[in-house]
Amino acid sequence: MQDIPWGVLVILLPVVGTLACFLCPRRSVPLGLAAALGVVVCVAGLGWQVVEQGAQRYAIGGWGAPLGIDLYADGLSLLMLAVTAVVGLGISVYSTSYFEPGRSAFFWPLWMFLWAALNALFLSADIFNLYVTLELLGLAAVALVALAGGADALTGAMRYLLVSLLGSLSYLLGVALLYHSFGSVDIAILAHRMEASPAVWTAMGLMSAGLLLKTALFPLHFWLPPAHASAPTPVSALLSALVVKASFYMLLRLWLEIFPLSNSAPGQLLGLLGAVAVLWGGLLALRQTRLKMLIAYSTVAQLGYLFLAFPMATSIAWKGALYLLLSHALAKAAMFMAAGSILYFGGHDRIADLDRVAQRLPLTLAAFGLAGVSSMGLPPSGGFIAKWLLLEAAIRTGQWWWAIILILGGLLTAAYILKVVGYAFTQAEVTHEARAVPVPMEWAALALALAAVLLGLFAPWPLALMEIGLPFGVEAAR
Amino acid sequence: MSHVFLYALVGVGLFTLGLYALIVHPHLLRKILAINVMGSGVFLVLVALAARTGGAVPDPVPHAMVITGIVVAISATALALALMLRVQTETGQARLPEERIE
Repeated sequence: MQDIPWGVLVILLPVVGTLACFLCPRRSVPLGLAAALGVVVCVAGLGWQVVEQGAQRYAIGGWGAPLGIDLYADGLSLLMLAVTAVVGLGISVYSTSYFEPGRSAFFWPLWMFLWAALNALFLSADIFNLYVTLELLGLAAVALVALAGGADALTGAMRYLLVSLLGSLSYLLGVALLYHSFGSVDIAILAHRMEASPAVWTAMGLMSAGLLLKTALFPLHFWLPPAHASAPTPVSALLSALVVKASFYMLLRLWLEIFPLSNSAPGQLLGLLGAVAVLWGGLLALRQTRLKMLIAYSTVAQLGYLFLAFPMATSIAWKGALYLLLSHALAKAAMFMAAGSILYFGGHDRIADLDRVAQRLPLTLAAFGLAGVSSMGLPPSGGFIAKWLLLEAAIRTGQWWWAIILILGGLLTAAYILKVVGYAFTQAEVTHEARAVPVPMEWAALALALAAVLLGLFAPWPLALMEIGLPFGVEAAR
Repeated sequence: MSHVFLYALVGVGLFTLGLYALIVHPHLLRKILAINVMGSGVFLVLVALAARTGGAVPDPVPHAMVITGIVVAISATALALALMLRVQTETGQARLPEERIE
């Protein structure tokens, strides 16, 4: 057990799943589900290994860091893998009933491929491998958006693809400059050799700009709502919950380990943009008339919170941002799934015509409500712990103005969540034919929403995991 | 001005040119071409900077990166072209609709 390279299996298994689903399209659902369960087991195995033995480094093929590709798993990677596994399992269960057989045969190979790319990204130890996995992730995600067919989804996918390629090329130019300056792409070696120079500043600007575009930070968020809202529901869920987080994870790794300058002006700028994103995204979410668009704009707002950690740049702030990332991944997946069930049920997602969904789909509305509780940051949810940590960091660093943004953002979130819940209880003027929602779809959404709330009750565990390998450094004594 | 620097500068020039074209031209084929020009610019920078060792044999690692990059660029271009054709059949024009905030 000790010697099994779980990190390799975590990447290999979804790749095998991709091939299996591609070769046997008729059996793609059981094959995909089996692969999903296998990945969850492997992530648990890796987690056990990391908890027992500390951060893990694995040299693929025995080549080692300067030439070969290394996999590296510390607490940060592990939590990203774990949340991906939980959300991925939920999405897999939901998708068994969501797609008709024709679409299902296309969905599963792409989804497994995307999962493999995500896991490989979270385990990459060098900036070039990060580029490759980021591209794989982007291409799979674009193909999944286009799966819905129709003009909206296709143009959304096209815009997403162009934005995604622009972002990764900008990142790659930065990689080229860093390699030129320091002769390595390994994150640990780069961190060791780092010295400030104009080339490094340019590289940092290019890489950060590319990743910010992919993370859809205001004002680079324009591509996100159309792509996320027009995709098939399981795809919307995995894009909003996981894919945008992948580029944020890269940004976090770069800023934490390679460019240790978060206290400076660039950090303040990111915080400011994040603050604007929280308010602007919240206001636009409030104005939406379609449920999926509302949830997509809510993602824009919630992504803004993640960037509030950059100006504070203390260990607590980073932990708060990561905690928000985890709880948002669970809550947003649940919210999109609930919206998908409502869309499936009534054939539309106009908020004003929700027509007593509360009585007719109680489980789904409960999932939406619980996910909303976590997004608003009410206790005892995961979102509450995250905002608490960020508030604490804001007060400790004396940057109290970020606390005001946190509170205003929470109020805006409450406003648009309650707007939806309100319409769900009342009778609409236009009634419509309803179609029964399959059981797995309702329960998968509820399970993820419950997980988002439970994340708040079991906060000590993830917080302890964040310490493994000290990705956020050591908190200075006070 | 050394060779290497000139090549790298041309690479950056191509990148900027591509970025400009990507933003300005509405036709999707032009946008896809622009992305490819940007990619070539980045590859040129990588190839030029491979001379960093100063010896007769250039550093092979950036070359390996360029090969990987080309593979990625080809797949991305193929996907983009396929998507563009579908957009054309579906909407009757190979361009993206104007931004609108609902």
